[in-house]
Amino acid sequence: MVDVAASPSDAGVLPRDDAGPAGAKPRHALSRRNIFLYGTLIVVALYYLLPLYVMIVTSLKGMPEIRLGNIFSPPVEITFEPWVKAWATACTGLNCDGLSRGFWNSVRITVPSVLLSIAIASMNGYALANWRFKGADTFFIILIVGAFIPYQVMIYPIVIILREIGIYGTLTGLVIVHSIFGMPILTLLFRNYFTSMPEELFRAARVDGAGFWGIYLRIMLPMSLPIFVVAIILQVTGIWNDFLFGVVYTRPDTYPMTVQLNNIVNSVQGVKEYNVNMAATILTGLVPLIVYFISGKLFVRGIAAGAVKG
Amino acid sequence: MSNSERPNQLFRNLNAKIASIPMVLTALVVFVGGTAWTVLYSFTNSKLLPRLNFVGLDQYHRLWATPRWLISIENLLIYGVISLVFSLVIGFVLAALLDQKIRFEDTFRTIFLYPFALSFIVTGLVWQWLLNPDFGIQRVVRDLGWTSFSFDPLYNSSIVIYGISIAALWQGTGLIMCLMLAGLRGIDEDIWKAARVDGIPMWKTYLFIVIPMMRPVFITTLVIIAAGIVKVYDLVVAQTSGGPGIASEVPAKYVYDYMFFAQNLGQGFAASTMMLLSVMIVIVPWAYLEFGGRRRG
Repeated sequence: MVDVAASPSDAGVLPRDDAGPAGAKPRHALSRRNIFLYGTLIVVALYYLLPLYVMIVTSLKGMPEIRLGNIFSPPVEITFEPWVKAWATACTGLNCDGLSRGFWNSVRITVPSVLLSIAIASMNGYALANWRFKGADTFFIILIVGAFIPYQVMIYPIVIILREIGIYGTLTGLVIVHSIFGMPILTLLFRNYFTSMPEELFRAARVDGAGFWGIYLRIMLPMSLPIFVVAIILQVTGIWNDFLFGVVYTRPDTYPMTVQLNNIVNSVQGVKEYNVNMAATILTGLVPLIVYFISGKLFVRGIAAGAVKG
Repeated sequence: MSNSERPNQLFRNLNAKIASIPMVLTALVVFVGGTAWTVLYSFTNSKLLPRLNFVGLDQYHRLWATPRWLISIENLLIYGVISLVFSLVIGFVLAALLDQKIRFEDTFRTIFLYPFALSFIVTGLVWQWLLNPDFGIQRVVRDLGWTSFSFDPLYNSSIVIYGISIAALWQGTGLIMCLMLAGLRGIDEDIWKAARVDGIPMWKTYLFIVIPMMRPVFITTLVIIAAGIVKVYDLVVAQTSGGPGIASEVPAKYVYDYMFFAQNLGQGFAASTMMLLSVMIVIVPWAYLEFGGRRRG
């Protein structure tokens, strides 16, 4: 707690320290500026890493050690039992097959949702960038403004629609919901990307007689792989981390991992097994974390593309 | 652009229209239709099932007379102010620090941003554990010898919302930092040189030159934070489930509970309409600035 309070004030002091004589002053590795700069950054970095560390350490301890020791101390005796229990035998309600059920549900939700939402949004973006028809921009603006409408406003009408079609409570229904709510940001992403592609390319293909689908499949798609990767990263983490839609649009046996995790950890019955809880929490966070660490700068690009207007 | 010179008919550009069907349906049916539906039914006395039995503003009167809703609103305001102020300040300061041509910039950025990849559920559960008074930070400090030390925000109804804000800031500040960093990188290097030549101290350059130049970035960031604030739900569910008692309830949770547990749809619709209203107050001026000014033909 101390760290987060200290960081802004530290940093406030920092620039003033550098305000002396102007111009390119030779800088020593251990100048006061550098000590302040790196000191602050390292303290803040430790603060950010602390919860991850505590999660891992806790998940590797036995319950007696947790009751006696402190949460920051490394495990004396490393045990993987909590991990096994969290994955295979932890109970939620009547199901005692652990988080594995939620994991596979999440996989079955995430994969089709990512594919469908990106397929739809890329076509939207392509149509908006290259084949704009009358009124297209109006729909686009509704879409963008709609992205800011609280989901709570639209949850119930969608329940009714899905119930009418007969897919309320199924994974198909949830996939459609994810595609709907992923549409604004992805459409924006693809529209901006396709708009920035050279116009001549499109014209040349038109002259050669290629139509809407031909240009999309043979020119736009192969040329826009980077933006597809960005979109995939954005969607995989977003859909995997979703809780609200999962809890509203699925049933207990099809709950995604996040919902099941919350039910395991926050269940009121039984003795709290903090090590199992932390192992379960890491397991749930693992997929987006892996995506994050592998994708590196593309992840940043994804969120920046989503956030900053193009 | 490419087809602006062609006349518009229904079957012109047919493929583009077919490809846009999901977008049109989403925009009209879900976003416009769904919103209008909810607002309309918020004026009815729907209980278990939605019924068009209008009762005027009854649901809203009841809503604003319900202590749980008032607490939710108060919590949202506190949480909102904390989120806005601290994530902007910390996010900007971190970005400014990373912008000093430091070494290991990528490493630091990766560390500051990784919580953003985690879900609110995971974030909430981790901080629930860290803030656990029997095992977490309070216990650790007490074991060091300071036995009267008290730090149990999640079990103290007067400060529980601050405990939730701590977790939210840990999760979300990295994103703000990234946006700010992108904004800082967009500032012309010559501005810095000019300021240095004029002997303007660095903090003054930031405060009076760079920050005003980053106005668009700040506005975008503000809108993103504001939209996120109103949506806060999973974090509370995971960290406290609204407790102790109803001390950490938030509007989004109120809506969900009334729609799906209390079987009082009308209340849920009225509450969600209030949420919509609060978002619109922020979004409409922004959307007007963003889209209204430069509409292309």
